Amino acid sequence: MQSETTPAPAGKTLPGNEAMLSVRNMKKVYKTDGGDIEAVRNLTFDLKAGELACLVGPSGSGKTTLLKCIAGLMAPTEGEVLLDGVKVSGPPKKMAVVFQEYGRSLFPWMRVRENVELPLKNQGVPKAERDRLVDDALEAVGLAHVPQSYPWQLSGGMQQRVAIARAVAYQPEVLLMDEPFAAVDAQTRADLEDLIRTVWRKLGVTVLFVTHDIDESVYLGERVIILSSSPTVIQEDLTIDLPDERDQLNTRSLPRFTELRHHVYEQIQLAKAGHRPTAAAQAGH
Amino acid sequence: MRFLKTLGYVLALPLILVAIWWVSTLGETNFFVPTPALLAEAFAETWLGDRILSDVLPSIGRLVVGVSSAIIFGIVTGLLIGSVKWLRDLTEPVLEFFRAIPPPVLVPVLMLLMGISDSMKVVVIISGCIWPVLLNTIEGVRAIDGVLSDSAHTYGIQGWARVKYLVLPSAGPQIMAGIRQCLSIGLILMVISEMFASSSGLGFAIVQFQRSFAIPEMWSGIVILGLIGVAMSFIFQWTERRVLRWYHGLREVENAI
Repeated sequence: MQSETTPAPAGKTLPGNEAMLSVRNMKKVYKTDGGDIEAVRNLTFDLKAGELACLVGPSGSGKTTLLKCIAGLMAPTEGEVLLDGVKVSGPPKKMAVVFQEYGRSLFPWMRVRENVELPLKNQGVPKAERDRLVDDALEAVGLAHVPQSYPWQLSGGMQQRVAIARAVAYQPEVLLMDEPFAAVDAQTRADLEDLIRTVWRKLGVTVLFVTHDIDESVYLGERVIILSSSPTVIQEDLTIDLPDERDQLNTRSLPRFTELRHHVYEQIQLAKAGHRPTAAAQAGH
Repeated sequence: MRFLKTLGYVLALPLILVAIWWVSTLGETNFFVPTPALLAEAFAETWLGDRILSDVLPSIGRLVVGVSSAIIFGIVTGLLIGSVKWLRDLTEPVLEFFRAIPPPVLVPVLMLLMGISDSMKVVVIISGCIWPVLLNTIEGVRAIDGVLSDSAHTYGIQGWARVKYLVLPSAGPQIMAGIRQCLSIGLILMVISEMFASSSGLGFAIVQFQRSFAIPEMWSGIVILGLIGVAMSFIFQWTERRVLRWYHGLREVENAI
């Protein structure tokens, strides 16, 4: 058996204080009545400021667990998460999260505008600045025309836009997204992907985008971190060398896109088949 | 026009029932069953005078104080118990026990403890009304959606802000259901507490009429109680529609899918 202390192949790390977000030797074990379940074995990677990284993995690979630990909603069993050099022990102020379940992440008793405004109001941002931030955020996601609607009066894609607007208005340094487009239809999804690229480039925010969709990860990311199956380690940390200007038609028909997509797909299939990355495999035998 | 239509729907059945009553008591000589005209006369004579001040208002006053204290106390305690797991585990069996006690049996006990007073009657009302509000609030607080709670948490919404923006609205539908039950129990207990030992109030008046064979007056007291019940129900529905507008809208959308 692999010993618990063997370092698994790590993702890319950065020297000293260059990292905006650092995940260090993170391990998460759930204690249940039926025994311990090791969801995440050992994850290490850094995100530099302003980077857009996608995290893909087979289903059940602990993506959501990892994200919750990074967001400070859950404490890792071992290891730590650093945001701008400070250890994360609860939800940090500089971080915003967009969840997959848009229908359950917005307050149904508040109108769109109130939903976007609430985190700012709670922080005591003055009214005038708050109004400006909310207006800008709603404008950025293309929802300036529905501030007085309730979220449940909107389509799924629009609700997710509201959630994105709320995150944008909050002015986070790191934006975490947990399979945000898994529950919207394909066309809306393409629009939302482009929206994320636009928002990211405009705001210069660091984005960690969790998805199970291989195409989406390659299309969106500057980098794709592929996770193994559970107990999770990093299978591969891949740089996406596609041009910075991306659009749904041309980028997706580039030969390089196809190659990268092919490569990620292969890695995920290997991960599903239970293949472990080389260093871990060697340590295991 | 729409208003008239609504009014028509509200009044149609009561008018028909009164008409049936009127027809079936034509030529009635039974002392215990008054005709509509006799009852209306007794109603006007009995209640549109001093008794408004001496019986109706004191009763309504105790009802309002008792029910609103029960609602406030029930919600506050419910929020606390619902949010703290060990408190919930600790109190749940005891709460079930108290809830199971029929509140009217408390009247003689509280009479001994507190004497015959307004506060005794208010305490009787509170002791019966609080349970549906309290238990529903606890359930409502427990049932808060995990994703919604995580969302609020990631945006730093905690403490009082969490209660105000997340917990209370989210538990709102359950709390309102509790309040609805609380109101009807309140009316019952108001009457019962006045029937046992009292020198004023609707319950007292009704029992007094019955004992002195003032039958039409007794019936008119029952009518007053019914009217108070209807008024409470209208106020409740009006408030509920406003407070839970989002909830009814959401339900409509969900049902339409």
